Amino acid sequence: MGSNMSGMRYEAPGSVDEAVTLLAEAKGAARVLAGGTDLLVQLRAGMISPDLVVDIKKIAETRDITGNGSGFSIGASVSGAEMGEDAKLLAAWPGVVEGAELIGSTQIQSRATMAGNLCNASPAADSVPALIAAGATCTVAGPKGQREVPVKDIPTGPGKTSLGKGEFIVNIKLPARPTYASDAYLRMIPRTEMDIAIVGAGVNLVLDDSGTCTAACVVLGAVGPTTIIVADAAAALIGSKVDAAALAAVSVAASAAASPIDDKRGTIEYRTKVAGVLASRAAAIAADRARSK
Amino acid sequence: MNEQPKQFKWVGTRTIRPDGVDKVTGRAMYGADLTLPGMLQGKVVRSPHAHARILSIDTSKAEALNGVKAVVTAADMPEAESKPVAAGEAMINFRDLAENVIARHKVLYEGQTVAAVAATTIDIAEQAAALIKVEYEVLPHVIDVLEAMKDDAPLLHDHIFTGGVKPKPEKPSNVANRVEFALGDVDAGFAAADVVIERNFTTEPVHQGYIEPHAAVADMGQDGKVDVWCSSQGHFMVRSFCAGLLKIPMSKIKVTAAEIGGGFGGKTTVYLEPLAIMLSRKSGRPVRMVMSREEVFRASGPTSGAALTVKIGATKDGRITAGDATLYFQAGAFPGSPVGPAAMTAFAPYDLENARVVGYDVVSNRQKVVAYRAPGAPISEYGVESIIDELAVKLGIDPIEFRAKNGAKEGTQAAYGVKFGTIGMQETLAAAKATEHYKTPLGPNQGRGVATGFWFNIGGESCAGIRINEDGTVSLTEGSPDIGGSRASMAIMAAEVLGIDVAKVKPSVVDTDAIGYHFVTGGSRVTFATGMAVVDASKAAIDEMRARAAKIWDVDVDGVVWEDGHAKPASTNVGDFEPMALAELAAMANKTGGPISGHADINAKGAGPGFGTHICDVEVDPETGFVTVLRYTAVQDVGRAIHPSYVEGQLQGGAAQGIGWALNEAYLYDKNGKMENAGFLDYRVPVASDLPMIDAVLVEVPNPTHPFGVRGVGEVPIIPPLAAVNNAVAAATGMRFTALPISPPAILASMAAKN
Amino acid sequence: MTKQHITATINGEEAEYLCEPQETLLDALRDQIGLTGTKEGCSSGDCGACSVMLDGRLVCSCLVLGVEAEGKTVETIEGMANGEDLHPLQQKFLEEAALQCGYCTPGVLIAAKALLDINDNPSETEVRYWLAGNLCRCTGYDKIVRAVMSTAADMRGA
Repeated sequence: MGSNMSGMRYEAPGSVDEAVTLLAEAKGAARVLAGGTDLLVQLRAGMISPDLVVDIKKIAETRDITGNGSGFSIGASVSGAEMGEDAKLLAAWPGVVEGAELIGSTQIQSRATMAGNLCNASPAADSVPALIAAGATCTVAGPKGQREVPVKDIPTGPGKTSLGKGEFIVNIKLPARPTYASDAYLRMIPRTEMDIAIVGAGVNLVLDDSGTCTAACVVLGAVGPTTIIVADAAAALIGSKVDAAALAAVSVAASAAASPIDDKRGTIEYRTKVAGVLASRAAAIAADRARSK
Repeated sequence: MNEQPKQFKWVGTRTIRPDGVDKVTGRAMYGADLTLPGMLQGKVVRSPHAHARILSIDTSKAEALNGVKAVVTAADMPEAESKPVAAGEAMINFRDLAENVIARHKVLYEGQTVAAVAATTIDIAEQAAALIKVEYEVLPHVIDVLEAMKDDAPLLHDHIFTGGVKPKPEKPSNVANRVEFALGDVDAGFAAADVVIERNFTTEPVHQGYIEPHAAVADMGQDGKVDVWCSSQGHFMVRSFCAGLLKIPMSKIKVTAAEIGGGFGGKTTVYLEPLAIMLSRKSGRPVRMVMSREEVFRASGPTSGAALTVKIGATKDGRITAGDATLYFQAGAFPGSPVGPAAMTAFAPYDLENARVVGYDVVSNRQKVVAYRAPGAPISEYGVESIIDELAVKLGIDPIEFRAKNGAKEGTQAAYGVKFGTIGMQETLAAAKATEHYKTPLGPNQGRGVATGFWFNIGGESCAGIRINEDGTVSLTEGSPDIGGSRASMAIMAAEVLGIDVAKVKPSVVDTDAIGYHFVTGGSRVTFATGMAVVDASKAAIDEMRARAAKIWDVDVDGVVWEDGHAKPASTNVGDFEPMALAELAAMANKTGGPISGHADINAKGAGPGFGTHICDVEVDPETGFVTVLRYTAVQDVGRAIHPSYVEGQLQGGAAQGIGWALNEAYLYDKNGKMENAGFLDYRVPVASDLPMIDAVLVEVPNPTHPFGVRGVGEVPIIPPLAAVNNAVAAATGMRFTALPISPPAILASMAAKN
Repeated sequence: MTKQHITATINGEEAEYLCEPQETLLDALRDQIGLTGTKEGCSSGDCGACSVMLDGRLVCSCLVLGVEAEGKTVETIEGMANGEDLHPLQQKFLEEAALQCGYCTPGVLIAAKALLDINDNPSETEVRYWLAGNLCRCTGYDKIVRAVMSTAADMRGA
């Protein structure tokens, strides 16, 4: 516990408006608490010392998953574990769900939320590539009311978001799903679990009834300060039957688009190569899932 | 020579461990679980620099903070004398130990203790710690072992003149010591070889990784008597070190060993205990100190990182003609790396005419190295076993056969001087070869690796007390902190000797006032040495009970024997007496002379060395370099498995640590000499999904010097995995790696270079 | 520094404690309630030694604020046995020697029970991935995994 944490205030408002007011009027630093699996780690390490923590879990709008193939709304307090238990969500968006479910251990899963993962803005966040590939949007509540923001516009750099003072995410929305559509998320870690991604790849695609890809989005994580949307990879998929040649082109495009750093978790050379490998593998899985619908 | 009974009632059975229910219900008390009335919370101030002179320490603001009851620095500890002391299986200098407990003039690694504070809450203690102002003169630092050996390297100590070289150097350096073991003539041996392979290897420092951080509570009274409660592998060591560091008579220090949440060698020295005593003395209140996980990494000792060159030659029909190795081990901030044992064990599994190992103990600005399970041997044997494998492949000989052909046997002269007695090297090789695992075919991108390991195991001082209670139950006391279930084995051995139900024997690890001196729980010695003391104590109790029966029957004590838990007349000549059970004699104790007990205080000799052979199968993803451990078998000569489940557990646990060492674990430093991965997120120990089942095959070649044939088992299992994994990856990829950990980036980069 | 008064149901009984906003549930359980069976291993959610059940979900108590437990149910290792009757997992761990130093054991048992409560026939892989957040340095996980699967078989009546 940081030594300047005495005096930290905890509030658990019951409505969006109360939460906005608390955050907007906070004198010092204020943080939003949902699952707490990033916030508490940072508190304990003394990396942050907020004067106010606003727990949003009592706000009804943040707690549920609603919807179906015509579109889902996932509340900001919904945990990865709860997402995995929603059969409709899992069937429509297996990639989004597996991205969220790869965050940490079973214990972390019981608490961690996509909104928190998104707003923590780690370049290696596991839930973000698939969300962006899905074309997800989020409802942001703030002093000026509520607005819909594409998820890709939230993280602006490592640890930084586009949210202003007093703003927080209420829910994340996924669009309607055509029949033969699916997604997938893969990541590279040194062990089998419990690691931060060295590379992440989320692929979302739509096939027509002849098996030809009509829409695609390929997003890389952990190989740049924020996620990277690889337009060339999507272009390689669209119009193809997602065959070996298309997948090879996806791989080349992904490696070319990656701009990673060397750090204690991986090297530039490694991340660049593996970005290509994972992007094509994720595309193959998404296509298989779409075909089997 | 002890007779080895063939049939046992309790030895070899899988009893429920006596401390088990407490451990599965959360009742067992570990170091941080004790609360005393008025207890304060302690916090350590640590150096942020890898190398610096301490110019001044200003504690005034901290002392003035409301709730702070004591602040200590090195000024509160007497100057320590320079003398060698044993810390687990390593020897260190006592003055260095004192400096490592709290720095006096210099800090030599990031994380070294500079001051400590005790306050009414941990929050206040942390605030106070932040208010302590230390002025440093930052000095250039050196991390890497080979860099530290250079003439122009930053000098850590100006009193280190390399030992073991003649003439003694005139200039101080970071090379603390040079050791050499040699046998025969290696040059002639290499000349006679058809194939010679030489490689350079590197390993990184790895931490023992115990899940329980260091924790201690000290409570000193006004008369200077102090009670210490701590998580430690040796509470007698704690008493001894604290007495010496703080100049307190040993009789005034009582140390109780809490249940311990892992040690693996890392808790065979002191960190918090002397600080807690100093703070308790100054504040007049009990003080608890607990390390955070980050502190465990930054401030307690990992094992050495090393650079090594290994060269082995063999004839084309598979006979090794010479082995030569040079080892450079970094000791961290103070001398005392395990390069000595590493040198001694390097070629010990083999019967060689010509062998030489030279080792260098080098200081550098890193955490002071501490024992880690078979200290040094995993590193040296990693190099040797990797080259043995390469030779076997090159010569077209099965890797187990190659080792068996050259393997140590009874009578083999080891390069480090000892002639082996009854050992189990060949038996473990044969058992490994006979496993179904070894015969199972492999698929694409898969490879199999084999490696052996050797460790001396030690005996040492242990004591035991057997007290026969009035109701015929038995209280067994001993003083070896129980890190893996040893109390179960003690009860088994006592029950076996006494001839009573093991459920009637209650073993306890008692404090330093209640029993005689014990060497630490380490060196794979507890089942051997403390077990021997338990057997001797049980026999002494039996002798006393025979004497009581003799008194009751009014016969000579020589006429009474002990069988199946009963005193019996030796023959019908002695008389026609009904056997008397232990419980009956116990009930009559006060009429026959008073309480019945037996004690033994020994320095156990004759520890039997251990050998192991491991088989590892891996699969390597050719596109990402990811290594999956598919299958693992650990075979070991265990002498006699008193409690087979806990012996298997040692093999499995050691193998898991070795796999982590091979694939993922390493200390990473930034350019300022600070550890970058001081947490379980980026210091990557194996998790449950990383490992397959680990088949433990126990081979029993009894050790003739122990009443039940026990050999130490705890340390051997961590030695073979490093090379077993390395050799498996080589088989799977066709490429040899010479740096640990073997990381996916390294594998992928090698594959790219190859193509 | 204002302490908040928290009421929660801990191991089936109503419990109250005072805690500061920045204190964790782990701190509250160990220091305020005196339930020291739940252990601290890392304070960063990486080792699982602090595992408890919070409203029926397996969590790391070092990553939950003490104040968040208001009105919730918490189950710790101390509540796993039914008086003198050990839970089948506890009994099996003893019989199969699925512990050595015992420090990770409370967390592992809580986690394993959470698995068997929702999956009565887990595969070896499912057990391993479920327990990936519980570090054990002593056992190499072998006997732990076997004990969990063996308990599941017993409980199924297999």
